[in-house]
Amino acid sequence: MGTRRIREEGLRVSSTTEQTRRTAPPQRPGDRVFGGLSLGAALLILATLAGVAIFLTVQGIPGITASPEEVKYDTTFLRYVGPLVFGTLWAAALALVLAAPVAIGVALFISHYAPRRLAQPIGYVIDLLAAVPSVVYGAWGMVTLAAAIQPVYLWLEEHLGFIPLFAGPASATGRTILTAALVLAIMILPIMTAICREIFLQTPRLHEEAALALGATRWEMTRMAVFPYARSGIVSAAMLALGRALGETMAVAMVLSASGVISLNLISSTNPSTIAANIAHSFKEASGLTVNGLIATGLVLFVITFAVNFAARAIVDRRKEFSGAN
Amino acid sequence: MAKSIDVTDLNIYYGDFLAVQDVNITIPARAVTAFIGPSGCGKSTFLRSLNRMHEVIRGAYVDGKVLVDGEDLYAQEMDPVNVRRKIGMVFQRPNPFPTMSIAENVLAGQRLNSKRMKKSEADDVVEQSLRRAGLWAEVKERLDRPGSSLSGGQQQRLCIARAIAVEPEVLLMDEPCSALDPISTSVIEDLIHELKNDYTIVIVTHNMQQAARVSDQTAFFNLAGVGQPGRLVELGPTEKMFANPDDPATEAYIQGRFG
Amino acid sequence: MTTTLTRPAPSELGADLRGRRLPTWGPTTVWSLAAATAVVGLLTPVGLARGLVLAWFVAALVPAWSFVVEGRRKATDRVVTHLVASAFVLALIPLVSILVAVVGKGSSALSAEFFSYSMRNVVGEGGGIYHGIIGTLLITAAASVISVPIGLFTAIYLIEYGDDSRLASSIRFLVDVMTGIPSIVAGLFAYALFVLFFGEGVRMGVGGSVALSVLMIPVVVRSCEEMLKLVPNELREASYALGVPKWRTIAKVVLPTALAGIVTGITLAIARVIGETAPLLIIAGMTDSVNFNLFDGRMQTLPVFTYSALMNPGVPAEPSIERAWGAALVLLLIVMALNLVARLVSHFFSPQGER
Ligand SMILES: Nc1ncnc2c1ncn2[C@@H]1O[C@H](COP(=O)(O)OP(=O)(O)O)[C@@H](O)[C@H]1O
Ligand SMILES: [Mg+2]
Repeated sequence: MGTRRIREEGLRVSSTTEQTRRTAPPQRPGDRVFGGLSLGAALLILATLAGVAIFLTVQGIPGITASPEEVKYDTTFLRYVGPLVFGTLWAAALALVLAAPVAIGVALFISHYAPRRLAQPIGYVIDLLAAVPSVVYGAWGMVTLAAAIQPVYLWLEEHLGFIPLFAGPASATGRTILTAALVLAIMILPIMTAICREIFLQTPRLHEEAALALGATRWEMTRMAVFPYARSGIVSAAMLALGRALGETMAVAMVLSASGVISLNLISSTNPSTIAANIAHSFKEASGLTVNGLIATGLVLFVITFAVNFAARAIVDRRKEFSGAN
Repeated sequence: MAKSIDVTDLNIYYGDFLAVQDVNITIPARAVTAFIGPSGCGKSTFLRSLNRMHEVIRGAYVDGKVLVDGEDLYAQEMDPVNVRRKIGMVFQRPNPFPTMSIAENVLAGQRLNSKRMKKSEADDVVEQSLRRAGLWAEVKERLDRPGSSLSGGQQQRLCIARAIAVEPEVLLMDEPCSALDPISTSVIEDLIHELKNDYTIVIVTHNMQQAARVSDQTAFFNLAGVGQPGRLVELGPTEKMFANPDDPATEAYIQGRFG
Repeated sequence: MTTTLTRPAPSELGADLRGRRLPTWGPTTVWSLAAATAVVGLLTPVGLARGLVLAWFVAALVPAWSFVVEGRRKATDRVVTHLVASAFVLALIPLVSILVAVVGKGSSALSAEFFSYSMRNVVGEGGGIYHGIIGTLLITAAASVISVPIGLFTAIYLIEYGDDSRLASSIRFLVDVMTGIPSIVAGLFAYALFVLFFGEGVRMGVGGSVALSVLMIPVVVRSCEEMLKLVPNELREASYALGVPKWRTIAKVVLPTALAGIVTGITLAIARVIGETAPLLIIAGMTDSVNFNLFDGRMQTLPVFTYSALMNPGVPAEPSIERAWGAALVLLLIVMALNLVARLVSHFFSPQGER
């Protein structure tokens, strides 16, 4: 072979550093740089997450301690944030109640009921919902959906007005908390569907076949094999979706004509606002300590969503350990 | 060029688990040494410890000496990367790089290390390596097709070409034919015969006939018992090992009574 | 396992095996009828909404019929089929309605002027979204420049270096949690950070990029991680066995093999943040003029343009509202195009054998 001995180098590294641990081979500069960059990037993410908490706290504390005269909203921080927290939780909970059954249904449709050939395209179509920008949802919600649904609110007021939720008077524009919650529900539908679908598809085939072999119908098989297996997964999917709904800004900011009240009335024109929507509305004109107050409300939102997401992820992770399904 | 390997008192661990215990063996240069033994007795593990591929696995380490031409592979100042350039390896399943053409696969050892080569020199390496691997005639018209477009047997020969293109002194093969059809297998066995003129070859095989056909020396590994580490039971010239081995376990295994 | 299965009496077994079932054409016919009802609703004064409700009831005839012919258990099964299929149709309604609304209201705004003029000194009709397009492109590009290296290297750490170490699994967990940070919080974070350096009321394009990065990084990490995981370990080993150091193996074997997937993931991440409004509202602000400098003052973007043109249309309102829908349409088209590109890349550029 003419090209033999392309490289004239021995096995030895010309390294000067004394290695102490026998299992740690000498590192090449390239490996040190590359490994360092990777670790650095990973640590930067931790720093970012910590940074979000720290900067919001540092900038938020002056807002929390500010006296009512110093801020535009003329009240203490707690009184200011209280109704907003209520509105945030209320809107998100409504959205979840509306979205969850549909999401589970669609996920089940894709995983077990739709014809095989259609399952994937159907998945794509639902994913398209996730691609629509939130401002587009907001625009659609405030213009199209609000107008379309307003007659329904009139009907609800007339026939179900004895229920406090529908006490009315029905909003003339249709831009109520229920409309906002509907838009939120549509926005969280894809994520919840996607997670539920994954979980349903992970059902051990053995369980499914065992159920079918017992002569179960498809629905009986779903109840016997799929749901028991998927329960904790559905819970965490719902919590992740809840986290999204809590933090979603534009849909609420655009759909709702908010007045910062605490009210369970779903269809009237006086509606609670949410933290996120309130920041979007007020930030532009705010100055001085008012800005700090708004940042402090953002901190509250961060804490709430962080807790919800943390819990959801913890459930998912625990589930992974126990079921052995990755 | 080809080097002999002397292994003394080698213990091989996966974390706390001792997989292979107390191996002492001499692998001569320019000869084929076959490792046989039942599944899980540590043949692959031992093979991989001969070019420090073992430690790629997290928590895995060895203890003992592996001398190649008098130099201990596991000495402090030894760089595993350089060790692997000198001691090449062919795996059980053909694994050409899917993003590279046939020619690029052959040159992978050089290219991945950003070695500068003249075009003519590179072409030369490609042709020589493919010729030695017995693949040249079949692929010379389509060197720029992806490596994955070849058949399984061709892919395995491509992997052999790739391994010898970096000019190793030893070639380790871990069941190189177990994923191949009989025809490709016999092509590769012929190839091993050719290659042993230049290289020290170690081959793990599950196939007794193959061991008998290709090897000069055979080593039989076995587990002392369930949960026990694997050990080298017997080593000897292939003819003797197959005709009248010293150890009854070897005889039982070779005659197909277990494993 | 709470269901008790009713076991047929032995004498009925033969009949039961043959079964009393709906004819195969039965459900299909009913469903076609239901679809026809919906179409008729769409084309006549009845309206699509009422048509769909009617269609729902028509389709509900399948379980009813099944109850009569096949008995309770099969009918229950068909009720569930009816319900999950309705859930899917229900989920389609907003999607279609959004597309119709945005295309219907937005397409009349599109013109050459719309794409090439800003809103500087425009009152009433005319003007365009040039400044918003520029801002969106610059801010998103800068966000990608920040997020892609950080996200990719983190994924490399998680897969190639961290393995199952304590640090790696906690980073994995926190990245997951980070995907849930509300976008407005990301905006406030960028503001709180930039206030330290530039003082109160800071508005800056690059601040928007930082905020978007907070949202984008976890998405990039997750998708890159998935893609690196798909690279077979055999390829890494093949490379090590050739005497290639780990970092070159990652850079020249692992990354190229995963490239299509990584590009897909990054494209989807871009598609996700390019439509973000809230953080940009906070930190990038809004303006009527073109601004090419990420480090100098307010910068308009398409989503913020849509928001403000719709919420504060001024007088007369109609031209502004039309522009808002036009901008929404352009934004939607950009996002859909990015999604399409992502799918095409993953379809056509994946190495063979792992599509
Ligand atoms: N990556 C690994 N981690 C932990 N244990 C391993 C690993 N690979 C192999 N082993 C264990 O080492 C022993 C020897 O395995 P191996 O060398 O693959 O056997 P053979 O190749 O002879 O079939 C087995 O008990 C196996 O379970
Ligand atoms: Mg093996």
